[in-house]
Amino acid sequence: MAAPFTVRIQAEDFDAAADAAALTCGRTDIGAVVTFTGLCRADAGHPDGALTALTLEHYPGMAEEEIGRLVEEARQRWPLDGALVVHRFGRIVPGENIVLVVTASVHRGAAFAAAEFLMDWLKTSAPFWKQEERAGTPGRWVEAKDLDDDAAARWAPPARPDAAE
Amino acid sequence: MKLLYFAWVRERVGLDCENVDPPAGVGTVAELAAWLAARGEGYAHAFENPKVVRAAIDRRHARPDSPLAGAREIAFFPPMTGG
Repeated sequence: MAAPFTVRIQAEDFDAAADAAALTCGRTDIGAVVTFTGLCRADAGHPDGALTALTLEHYPGMAEEEIGRLVEEARQRWPLDGALVVHRFGRIVPGENIVLVVTASVHRGAAFAAAEFLMDWLKTSAPFWKQEERAGTPGRWVEAKDLDDDAAARWAPPARPDAAE
Repeated sequence: MKLLYFAWVRERVGLDCENVDPPAGVGTVAELAAWLAARGEGYAHAFENPKVVRAAIDRRHARPDSPLAGAREIAFFPPMTGG
């Protein structure tokens, strides 16, 4: 049986279905599993040309710990029976996976809400940075979006005295 | 103390990691960023808009007024864009 609360930071791809199945393997108490996969997209209509790849840089150690703190926060807020977050780093091309969030609970409400909370907060507080290659030109760092801050702000901030703001 | 830089902060500073010994008057994240900005052209470029640069102390998000006392590892980086 997989550890019920897990964070993995890895260069390799993941298998969302296998990871979700591992989370519920041998369990008879779970009634709802929500699986979210974030993919790299080509963004073809962009004025600088279609995206050919993203390179994700991360802060080793802090990435695991920060997402772990978000998972703990989610457990305080909702009755979760399991959660898994997998975030990739390195070069990722359109169509490939970037991030996986799986949440499990007795009922769907908690599983949906916790998965959305984890994604919203992960985008603004997990130490990852995307650099774009468009039409073969490397090197532009993706800017943080106000939209992502707004999404995270929908939830009351995690109760951390050290929170960025 | 050990400093780490990520993404365009790392590129502008020209280093991913260094050990520094700031003077006694440098007691907060904002004071450290200001001290670093005066160390050279790359640092000045990295910290030209200090409001944009985020920091972590010992792998936890910090604020500009967070004290450095007891910190082992301080990281500076742009707003995060993962997920």
